[in-house]
Amino acid sequence: MTGFTVNSDRVQWIGILFSIAYIAVLLVLIHRKKIKEEYSLLWLFSGVVFLIISIWSQVLFFFSFLIGIAYPPAALFLIMILAVISILIHYSMVISKMSDQIKILVQEQGLLRMELDRLRMGSDYSEKTGKSLKEKKRPAAG
Amino acid sequence: MKKLAIIPAYNEEKVINSVINEIFTFDESIDILIVNDASTDRTGEAAAESGHATVINLPCNLGIGGAVQTGFKYAAKYGYDIAFQYDGDGQHVAEEISKLMLPLERHEAEVVIGSRFCQKHNGYRSTLARRIGIKIFKIVNSLLVRQWICDNTSGFRAYNKRAIHFLAKNYPGDYPEPEAIILLGRNGFRMVEVFTRMRERTEGDSSITAFRAMYYMVKVLLAIFMCALRPRLEEE
Repeated sequence: MTGFTVNSDRVQWIGILFSIAYIAVLLVLIHRKKIKEEYSLLWLFSGVVFLIISIWSQVLFFFSFLIGIAYPPAALFLIMILAVISILIHYSMVISKMSDQIKILVQEQGLLRMELDRLRMGSDYSEKTGKSLKEKKRPAAG
Repeated sequence: MKKLAIIPAYNEEKVINSVINEIFTFDESIDILIVNDASTDRTGEAAAESGHATVINLPCNLGIGGAVQTGFKYAAKYGYDIAFQYDGDGQHVAEEISKLMLPLERHEAEVVIGSRFCQKHNGYRSTLARRIGIKIFKIVNSLLVRQWICDNTSGFRAYNKRAIHFLAKNYPGDYPEPEAIILLGRNGFRMVEVFTRMRERTEGDSSITAFRAMYYMVKVLLAIFMCALRPRLEEE
């Protein structure tokens, strides 16, 4: 053994295997309801893109030629970074929507609990005569 | 005329009672709503013990905007004609409420802002950084709503019924005051600013600490520009 030579066949097979494993893990997670379908689509899409690139490396070469990247593996990094960024932006959208929904829920819960307490005060007051529960002089609205 | 004072409170157990009593002594016909924004102290209990206020205890901290909006939702739900926004830290003066009320009663405005800066020598001091921030908001907001608003960060305001219903649906989250002015101005609400006296803060810190000042400026300016770019919101 005098040295290592790059075996492009080997890297292609590894790429295909990793892409398939990646897609399989995603599908298992969706199947077990660990990820909702709507939040897995971007991941799955990126997995399919990686699989295509591993099978037909010409796609990557053509893509790098199109946008003027001299070294095709650099285009691969670009694709991966774009995929991750788009997924993260999607997450920011999801988080924003959720925090809006949480805000509305918290406000509604606060209002409802206050109204429930007010109702209870009204009905329980006569029973709890021993307690020094001060009846509100002015229930603010009725 | 049903009137409501909306008081957002976060960890104000020491002063909340005097705030409530001050408003109650000033005018018994004003209903008082304390929105306890998940305080870690006994703010909620202290407010309830006063016996003069309705207390909403939020289950988790929403920030000032979310707390105040809870008050607008309450006011809208129970048909109030006028709502005041009033700080829970004791820096507002109850007597000044009448100044806020006047333009609403005369139908001269739908939103009245109690301002610290409309006159000189008003006894209110603040830090340099805060004054610079306030100046920037003043210029930006005045350009965007084409109305000269001196004190965009004041949390002492009064709203009529239409404004209450609008804000119950649309109100910004954290640091809402400057953004709310744009929102109201862009949606055709008539605003007026009146000079009101204010006290130095007695207890508790400003919601704006030095560390967050930059974040605050950038976030609010972005929100203001975005708000200005959006079309008018639909009303029912």
